[in-house]
Amino acid sequence: MKIQFKIFRFDPEVDKEPHYQTYRVHADPSERILDCLNRIKWEQDGTLSYRMSCGHGVCGSDAMKINGRCALACQKLVKDYEGEEVVLEPLPSFKVLKDLIVDLTPFLEKVNLVRPYLMSSGPVPEKERRVDPTESRRVNEAVRCILCACCTAACPVTAENERYLGPSALVWAFRHIFDSRDDETVERLKQVDSPDGAWGCVNHFECTRVCPKEIPVTKSINTIKREIQKVLGK
Amino acid sequence: MKFEHDVVIVGAGLAGLRAAVEVTGQADVALISKVYPTRSHSGAAQGGIAAALGNEEPDSWEWHMYDTIKGGDFLTDQDAAEVLAKDALRAVYELEHMGVPFNRTPEGKIAQRAFGGHAADFGKRPVKRACHAADRTGRVILDTLYGQAVRKGIKAYEEFQLLDLTLQDNRMAGLVVYELATGHIHMIHAKAVLFATGGFGKVFKTTSNCFANTGDGAYLAYRSGIPLEDMEFVQFHPTGIYGLGVLISEAARGEGGILRNGKGERFMEKYAPSLKDLAPRDMVSRAIAEEIRAGRGIDGQDFVHLDLTHLGKERLAEKLSDISSFVRIYLGIDANKDPIPVQPTCHYMMGGIPTNLDGQVLNEEQQPVEGLYAAGECACVSVHGANRLGCNSLLDLVVFGRRAGRKIVEDLSRLSRTPLAEKPEERTVRRIKDIMERGHGEKAASLRQEMQKVMTEYCTVFRDGEGMATALQTIQDLKRRYEGVTVDNRGRRFNTDLLEALELESLLHLAEAILVAALAREESRGAHYREDYPERDDGQWLKHTLVQKTDNGPRLFYKPVTVTRFEPKPRVY
Repeated sequence: MKIQFKIFRFDPEVDKEPHYQTYRVHADPSERILDCLNRIKWEQDGTLSYRMSCGHGVCGSDAMKINGRCALACQKLVKDYEGEEVVLEPLPSFKVLKDLIVDLTPFLEKVNLVRPYLMSSGPVPEKERRVDPTESRRVNEAVRCILCACCTAACPVTAENERYLGPSALVWAFRHIFDSRDDETVERLKQVDSPDGAWGCVNHFECTRVCPKEIPVTKSINTIKREIQKVLGK
Repeated sequence: MKFEHDVVIVGAGLAGLRAAVEVTGQADVALISKVYPTRSHSGAAQGGIAAALGNEEPDSWEWHMYDTIKGGDFLTDQDAAEVLAKDALRAVYELEHMGVPFNRTPEGKIAQRAFGGHAADFGKRPVKRACHAADRTGRVILDTLYGQAVRKGIKAYEEFQLLDLTLQDNRMAGLVVYELATGHIHMIHAKAVLFATGGFGKVFKTTSNCFANTGDGAYLAYRSGIPLEDMEFVQFHPTGIYGLGVLISEAARGEGGILRNGKGERFMEKYAPSLKDLAPRDMVSRAIAEEIRAGRGIDGQDFVHLDLTHLGKERLAEKLSDISSFVRIYLGIDANKDPIPVQPTCHYMMGGIPTNLDGQVLNEEQQPVEGLYAAGECACVSVHGANRLGCNSLLDLVVFGRRAGRKIVEDLSRLSRTPLAEKPEERTVRRIKDIMERGHGEKAASLRQEMQKVMTEYCTVFRDGEGMATALQTIQDLKRRYEGVTVDNRGRRFNTDLLEALELESLLHLAEAILVAALAREESRGAHYREDYPERDDGQWLKHTLVQKTDNGPRLFYKPVTVTRFEPKPRVY
């Protein structure tokens, strides 16, 4: 089938203002939007820039806004947009570096702020630490995060408050707060116990709706809030 | 600009990150990656990491060592397999201590499951050896190691493409890299460089590999005169999603999944009576291709079914959730109700830059190149021989990544920065300028597609001399046409058009090296199956191939296989 794309274009080195460019490609209904982008770049216009790598929703590179919704271009299929023009735009809330490529530095800095690694000061056993399977299941969904930034870009709070940690960083906090092997729980909870932390979330659920890995992001943030109340007595 | 560091690690997958964690704090180290580190392709590894922990049933590292050697069709260097299997236990416990969220047994130990070619008692029956975190084991290890690197405050150059390696008198002198965001070319001057640049599955059309897997490090070593080892051994994973090549983990069969042909038969019973669906990948891929050829594909087409419908919803959700979501998204299939159409997909390169057990890159005389190291898929230790076992790749990355890191730390006291030649970046500047200023020519994409098509047609699961000779001719023709490659994009920012043109040079030369090595090896061993030479021939061919780039084309020579404990014998499962 034939499908029409309207794509956001901007090269800050030469363009004063962003503009949209229209392309038409032939594609099978079962092909990915990423396949169409590649066809445009390879066959029609090599000046178009976007990130991509794994092509199947594991690396998180090709996050962008597709018809108004943050998503991975490799996870959306042509048939999902039958009869529509497909508008591709860079992730909102981030600075555009070129076309569909945004500056992820502030996003990754926030993730790093929550110390995205296990902190355990005790002596390590010779073998593995024992973890009850029910205990380990608590983070099953959170560990699916691939840092694609869809949730943070889609978050209405992030759009208005650049100091807000954002859903993805909070998912990374969740992952360690509820990892029974981590012994910095209280410190981690204190860190996100602020209007720019967990309390910044006011349950818009946009993050949950867009997450390509189907992580219950908002629910996780609410679980953190309850843990703050429980542990820090607030 | 010129950046100076003691140690530079190129590639931020598991091998690079594990080495980085080892070196950070001991020396000034920087990580260079063509993608953000957490987007490295190690993250796509699904099924698990092998270690004879014996958490589910008795196991031993000797059995693991034997399986690795037999799985590699006895081309594996046995001293390397011993290091791998023995160190596996420590390596996996270490990952757990670092925070990897493994699945757990009811007693809280790391959960293990069956996998292809993993067997108890020297090949007798399947054994649960694959330590796993659902079907996203690679991703969570990548995240964990990256977290450790962040914790140690590692310096990372993200979205920098490796473009040149300078060697002087058998010493690594420096690198030239391209900053994708700005189009600037930088020099890297270091005492030690580790290549952990991954594989090059993008040589083929149907592959589980990511777009970034273009063999940049392996090619630069090759271009610098370092011979590449065992390039003919390319792994085709049996279960790629039909048409797409996206991986469906062997864990699906480890958890009980069954392959069925068009008649609904469990055909692996015929090909591997004892391990059946859990035979090594090369055998299962050949069996699938054989069934398809005999007209027993699904409705006579070129795929078979992977049946998971008997595993139950809960097991799919708990152990195989990513692959369940892949088939739902891409095929509209519910794995709990419908079988999955699969066909072999290019997955892994057994060959690469030859190294010793400590990651030192070996030159033409098989002596270490001063200051140059390699680990992971780009390297060939050789621990995988002619066919890698599932779950041995993640293990290889963390075991040999760490060893390379330790060796670098040890060597640093005597290594110094080799003075760089005048304008070491000149060759790269000219190369880019030529492409950017060329008026007319062919685009990289069309040349690349021709390469991928011909490689997929003639150099996959079944090979023969005639087909590969045809393919070689095409590749050599494409190399000539590549001299006129052109780009649409003349800009500097995120010029991925240019990047793809540069990557294609690597792919074309590596494709040629694969073909030349495969044409010469007139026997069948592991993943290299010659229809015109269907038998393994230990008398002639129990040796590693080395292919060296020369002005007169690729030159082949050979080196012996290290055999310590297990004499080669017929490989049946």
